[in-house]
Amino acid sequence: MSKFTKKKSNELPPVNTASLPDIVFMLLFFFMVVTVLRDDNLLVQNKLPKADQVEKLKKDRSVYIYAGKPSSRYVDKYGSEPKIQIGDKYTDITNIKFALTEAREKLLPELQDKVMVALKVDEKTNTGMVTDIKQELRDLNMLKIIYITTPGNEINQ
Amino acid sequence: MARRATPEVNAGSMADIAFLLLIFFLVTTTIEKDKGIARQLPPKEDVVDPPKIKEKNLFIVNVNRNDQLLVEEELMELKDLRQAAIAFLDNGGASSGSPEYCNYCKGKRNPESSDNPDKAVISVQNDRLTSYKMYIAVQNELVAAYNFLRDRESQRLYGWKFTEKTKDLDEGKIKGEATKEALQKQLEEVQKLFPLKLSEAEPKKSGQ
Repeated sequence: MSKFTKKKSNELPPVNTASLPDIVFMLLFFFMVVTVLRDDNLLVQNKLPKADQVEKLKKDRSVYIYAGKPSSRYVDKYGSEPKIQIGDKYTDITNIKFALTEAREKLLPELQDKVMVALKVDEKTNTGMVTDIKQELRDLNMLKIIYITTPGNEINQ
Repeated sequence: MARRATPEVNAGSMADIAFLLLIFFLVTTTIEKDKGIARQLPPKEDVVDPPKIKEKNLFIVNVNRNDQLLVEEELMELKDLRQAAIAFLDNGGASSGSPEYCNYCKGKRNPESSDNPDKAVISVQNDRLTSYKMYIAVQNELVAAYNFLRDRESQRLYGWKFTEKTKDLDEGKIKGEATKEALQKQLEEVQKLFPLKLSEAEPKKSGQ
């Protein structure tokens, strides 16, 4: 009988944790791979229009311009009129040139001449705003632009 | 034998399993890359002598503030735009004797429409209040029309599709400098047959 009592007093064997590092590393690697580092904190709504005749963007030589209505949490502060965002802040149409020159200087020196402007514009924005941006770009002589879209087609909807 | 320890679970293969999973995810995950429609803006300089374009070589696409399409003075649905653009570009209306004759066009050869693809210009006019969604949809359809014709010509000349080869080149699937250069030349050759001539008029203020 003493055998049984003794066994009962025994503690549970500890869970083997030898493989924990492996699991952690696996998770780490996984997230390292799938995470796209986002430089800009998006301040505007950004539902991109659909298109299927697309080309790829070369990320190392591009400057992003976002445009759209302010995100819901900023509506109280900035109203619901469409705004332009470059980098981390809202930019006025008259201020675009300065903001873009600043953004361009962050690129590698040898790529600054080949700069491509990626326009991420919300689908509900008016074309007039895009035209204004394009006029500014022409003034700046940054003539290569790309309208970023999501895969799909407007007609099949 | 007073005490019997429970045998430990063999964890030797845990690392292998972990790596297997890791490799699986590495292989299957694709990093989202931004894609879009690329454009070259016209440089800012005053054109002293704007080139004269004949009325028949001009394909006017008008989008109003309610996102309705007016193509060549006729109301049109977005889904018909691609075909209309293809028909216009591929028309080849110049007579067979003239130097502007287009020998690869398969269109109707209507003398009232475009002379040849090199002369044909598509002009898009937007209202300032047109939605960006519609704007992109129209651009997409027009690029699709060009791509369709370029695909057809590259298929005829070289036996492959223009869009597929461009994509391969973009993704670095083509190996070797010499092959790349040769392909680049062929692509340019096809582009020359149907050069992208899209003009954008300054949008009108709404209500004008």
